[in-house]
Amino acid sequence: MNQTLLAFEDVCFRYMPENGNVLDGFSLSIEPRTVTAILGPNGVGKTTLLHLALGWRKPQSGRVLLEGRPLSTFSHSEIGRQIGLVPQGEHIPYEYSLLEYVLLGRAPYLRPLEMPGEADCVVAADALETVGLSDKRARPVTNLSGGEQQLVLVARALAQQPKMLLLDEPTAHLDLSNKIRLLDLLQDLTFKGVTIVFSTHDPEVAASIATHLVLMRAGKVLRAGPMVEEFTTEKLSEAYGIPVEVRELEGRRIVLWKKGRMGGLSNV
Amino acid sequence: MTSTRDEYCSRTGISPVRVLLLLAIGLAAIFAFSLFLGRYPIPGLIGMERLATDQLAQRLVWNLRLPRMLVAVLLGMALAAAGTVFQMIFANPLVEPGFLGVSQGAAFGAAFSIIFLSSSAVVVQGSAAFFALLGLGVSYFLARRVRFGGWVLRLVLAGIAVSALFSSGVGMLKFIADPLSQLPEITFWLLGGLWRVTWSEAWTVLPVVALSLLVMYQMRWRLNLLSLDDEIAFSLGVAPGRERALLLVAAVASTAAVISVSGMVGWIGLIVPHLARRIFGADARYSLPASMLIGGSFTLICDDVARTLLAGEIPLGVLTSLVGAALFIVMMLTQNLRVRR
Repeated sequence: MNQTLLAFEDVCFRYMPENGNVLDGFSLSIEPRTVTAILGPNGVGKTTLLHLALGWRKPQSGRVLLEGRPLSTFSHSEIGRQIGLVPQGEHIPYEYSLLEYVLLGRAPYLRPLEMPGEADCVVAADALETVGLSDKRARPVTNLSGGEQQLVLVARALAQQPKMLLLDEPTAHLDLSNKIRLLDLLQDLTFKGVTIVFSTHDPEVAASIATHLVLMRAGKVLRAGPMVEEFTTEKLSEAYGIPVEVRELEGRRIVLWKKGRMGGLSNV
Repeated sequence: MTSTRDEYCSRTGISPVRVLLLLAIGLAAIFAFSLFLGRYPIPGLIGMERLATDQLAQRLVWNLRLPRMLVAVLLGMALAAAGTVFQMIFANPLVEPGFLGVSQGAAFGAAFSIIFLSSSAVVVQGSAAFFALLGLGVSYFLARRVRFGGWVLRLVLAGIAVSALFSSGVGMLKFIADPLSQLPEITFWLLGGLWRVTWSEAWTVLPVVALSLLVMYQMRWRLNLLSLDDEIAFSLGVAPGRERALLLVAAVASTAAVISVSGMVGWIGLIVPHLARRIFGADARYSLPASMLIGGSFTLICDDVARTLLAGEIPLGVLTSLVGAALFIVMMLTQNLRVRR
């Protein structure tokens, strides 16, 4: 019964014909209720991978399957009901209130000319409650701090009631307390049965909640597998191109690097 | 204890639907008042008893004022709604329906028609609409070919370039136009005004504008989604390209239709959406209908002033620009317009 939720089968992708492949023969299975971290330095194609998982970008060859069905056969609304996207920093052009903004997450459930109704408002309000911002629901989104804005984006994705959340660098611009707040929230969501895929350049963020790891470097997927197997000294050092050391501390893995070894960055 | 819906709806504590209703009543009242307002037989209002007995007064009200006011309302509604649509789908509060070569395209089309084709309303309107859409199309494809900058910047640059091309084209046409018959008509166009509107103009404009307004009104909540970045709109189940195109066509078609009758009437499409957003917040569920109602009232009032203030008629476009720019300055000084891209 534990059917694979999302599968990449031999996916090749490039932005321009003249450029090299961003992904080359990439395969990956994401099982329900797992947390997959896509880890790698900036600019290696993590966002591209998320866009492929969403169906926003289409692979030149290979397939992306959602519950065994090719993603290309889903309608936009169907995808929107299954997958929620939390982008990295979003341009918010106007001063929508929090509730107005989160309510946009109900769009996949509405027909093109339909307006959100009472039930949709309740779902949106619940989503705001989940991220702990319901007391600010009438405030403009643009007045929130960066951390709170990130939480609003998560709330909007939750209003889609998706099976899977894709998050692009969710903790990139957050301070420590907001980072912990967000990671705790994601952890809670997995307990509620949501499958999570997120990209990050920060190994410790990956180590904190992920059950599975995809290590990327220079547009290539180096490795993919369960956290325990992949989050090791050798494999991380290879991915980042500098020597790092993974240590276990009170059941958690942390990453240490040697001082004065930044010369190793030259081959990144 | 207020329900979620009330909280969603309200910023000011008053239900926005009620405020919209008030605006609608206001528009109707201004419309009724304007019917009686004029310079016949003396500047001021026509009395009921005169209307009942004076045949000239009756004809004036039914055959001149009524269609003219109808077109004024349609003009204001169309420009304001199109302005909201443009500002939402380009996620930029500084664009307006004339942006992207639309206005200059329409002016060129009208001038072209007056000189080379015919100055009948239908032909001028068709030509204006055609060139307005052409302006949009050329701007769009030019923006796609530009190799630098973000999408909005490229559109703005392309729009400026295409507008400049068309406006130099208008200059050429004015130069070769017959100074006695054609040039005045073109000049009328560039100043904007409704003094030649009769029922026939009203009927030609009405279907296109009504249909476009309906499309925009029906898709008003979707406008919020379309103000987001493409991949995010996509993730919310929207087909951003298709829906933007449909709304753009509706906005441009109605703009082209009304300005083919009125000539260049500026600033309504820029300033009214700002006013509406300031009252109702950003959500286009309310700000779009509010824009339509405020736009209709605003244009009606401007047109009233244009035709009654002086013995000769003031061009409407001159008035809307004057009032619009003044309002814009006031708004700039009282609150930042939140331009971010």
